[in-house]
Amino acid sequence: MSPALQGIITIIIGVGGCAAYFYASNYVLDKFVFPARTDDHGRNISRATMIRPWLFLAPAIFFLSLYLVYPVVGSFVRSLYNRSGDTFIGLGNYTQMFSEEGFRIAFFNNILWVIFVPAAATFLGLLVAQLTDRLKWGNLAKSLIFMPMAISFVGASLIWKFVYANNPEIGIINAVRDYFGMNPIDVLQIPFWNNFFIMFILVWIQTGFAMVILSAALRGIPEETVEAAIIDGANPFQIFFKIKVPQIMGTIVVVWTTITILVLKVFDIVYAMTGGNFDTEILPSYMMDYMFRDDGRATAVAFVIMVVVTPVMVWNIVQARKEMN
Amino acid sequence: MDNIAGQKSGLSIVTNISVIALVLIWLVPTLGLLVSSFRERAQISETGWWRAMFPVEQAYRISPAADGAVQEGDLWVLSGNLFENEEGLGSGTVSGFGITSRAPGAAQPGQTYARYEVFVMEDGEQDDTNLEIAYPADGEPEFPAADEDGNEILTDPPPTFERSLTVQENGDFRYVDADEIDRAPSVYITANTPPEFTLDNYETILTSDNMDRAFINTLTVAIPATIIPILVAAFAAYALAWMNFSGRGLLIACVVGLLVVPLQIALVPLLTLHNQIGIGQSFLGVWLAHTAFGMPLAIYLLRNYMVGLPRDIIECAKVDGATDFQIFTRIVLPLSFPALASFSIFQFLWTWNDLLVAKVFLPSNSESWVMTVKIADDLLGSRGGDWGILAAAAFVSIAVPLLVFFSMQRFLVRGLLAGSVK
Repeated sequence: MSPALQGIITIIIGVGGCAAYFYASNYVLDKFVFPARTDDHGRNISRATMIRPWLFLAPAIFFLSLYLVYPVVGSFVRSLYNRSGDTFIGLGNYTQMFSEEGFRIAFFNNILWVIFVPAAATFLGLLVAQLTDRLKWGNLAKSLIFMPMAISFVGASLIWKFVYANNPEIGIINAVRDYFGMNPIDVLQIPFWNNFFIMFILVWIQTGFAMVILSAALRGIPEETVEAAIIDGANPFQIFFKIKVPQIMGTIVVVWTTITILVLKVFDIVYAMTGGNFDTEILPSYMMDYMFRDDGRATAVAFVIMVVVTPVMVWNIVQARKEMN
Repeated sequence: MDNIAGQKSGLSIVTNISVIALVLIWLVPTLGLLVSSFRERAQISETGWWRAMFPVEQAYRISPAADGAVQEGDLWVLSGNLFENEEGLGSGTVSGFGITSRAPGAAQPGQTYARYEVFVMEDGEQDDTNLEIAYPADGEPEFPAADEDGNEILTDPPPTFERSLTVQENGDFRYVDADEIDRAPSVYITANTPPEFTLDNYETILTSDNMDRAFINTLTVAIPATIIPILVAAFAAYALAWMNFSGRGLLIACVVGLLVVPLQIALVPLLTLHNQIGIGQSFLGVWLAHTAFGMPLAIYLLRNYMVGLPRDIIECAKVDGATDFQIFTRIVLPLSFPALASFSIFQFLWTWNDLLVAKVFLPSNSESWVMTVKIADDLLGSRGGDWGILAAAAFVSIAVPLLVFFSMQRFLVRGLLAGSVK
């Protein structure tokens, strides 16, 4: 059966099955398990009301627990076993990994990514949001800067491979160098700094995201505070840094953390640009090196990523609970 | 507030210029790829895409048929027009010509370019070597005093003529050879090729490179993976937004927590699970994985939206005796359309652009490659230097997301805002 046909059937079964499940389970609950039209109808209705949320939630909980909760435990357990998965080696995968140069490079580079990408994307996003705020063609500008959000990481990597290309007739960077009489260089092979050229691709993608959210936050600032500052004689920079930025600090933090989490997941860019060569490896791409080859090691790397993400996760939950109360 | 105190017009000029600069940085790389995808391979390697609008000087090798050669005295002469019977030689204006591939544009049109055998004095001994020399067609060659290596050229014995070529701008040529011309000679010309844009790269990538298959595969992955989670998430979101039960707060906290769980952690255990229950690496596996991985965001977005729906409507319906199921299907679901649209766009872009899940959960044979895998694993390796093909492939893969993006930007922005700021 061709995959496309299989896809159509899956859509029908998937959507139809869900609809049928929700309809049937409600019907059964109301008509047979706790029917409302008996002597006991008061208690039955309240009991049905207690059960119904769980009927509504069941498929979602199934997916979440099987595909996201179980793997956290499953990955950790798997990481305690050796490559073939039959011998328990405790923290062997971790100790071996920590002692390896490759892991240390990946970890160090990941720290660079986590610092640089969210900072640069948030800063540029804020800059664009503020600059385009009063511009007549601001919406067009925003739309164009937002566009990379739609492009895949692989596509974006390819776009930037063109820019970074070694050949001065293809890569614009080397064309500029050539114009000034300098020799062409492969920016992806400059030790240490090549990381920044790769990171910039993600900054290029994520700036639009930061811009959209920060732009909305800037619009939400009460006009009176800005007007009062103007009357008091504040200059545009003071208005921006002392009046506007403090008021949207919460949003800035949200944008920052969202991009930070993304940074810890993206392996595509490094994979497509250098394949992890020239000391550009980061944890997600380092993990993919072991995927299919050494599941024990791969899960160990995944668990390290999970541990790094956990503080952000806890912080997110705390924030969400605060908002609900 | 354009002209109030503290706002200077100088600042607005600076603002305009900086925004233009930023927009250019953001746009130029993509533009370069787009332009390159329409250029011919030969032109891409000659000049940068930023000069795609200007003519390119390209070298051609032509072998005019030896049929018309006639003998004039000791020499054999072949004449004609180089552009006859030759297609695709640019604008039809010769900008330079030569008789070796080393120097295809060594002489100007209107000159004669000849090869002589000359005798030189090298290390005190007489030796012979070839010398190529250009001179006006109606003039005589003037031999230099020394050759390229600095050896003195002797006038006795005098240089012997081997062959010469004269080409006019319009392609008229005269080829003279000391020996009989019995086979087509090779002559080289450089001509200015006008900028030329073709769809050849797209044709290649879509017909012979299996990209069409990858396109269908991507579509096959993305559409079910976008549609299936919606209903599941919508019911759950409704329960978390409008139904009272113990443990609700905890569940919401769990969903928020799961939003940030890195996908990497799920790969190995789930692939093992899929293998055990017989799904293996297949499209079904990808759909299930994408459905589950998109679930936290879907529930979160939809719940945030549903909570904001007017309480009155829902309470009125309850008073009128509507069940939760009816309220959900008749009132909440239709009203939540904007949030559903936002999520669908997100999920579609994410599944379309995804590389990681496709690499792990789909079979690794080329029949089931999606476009991202095709580009990253196949084209970047095997066609690493073929920029035109790479650019075309990239554009085939980003065309649909860009279309979705520009036509539904409103929903996308709304979804982003609902997902990140309260």
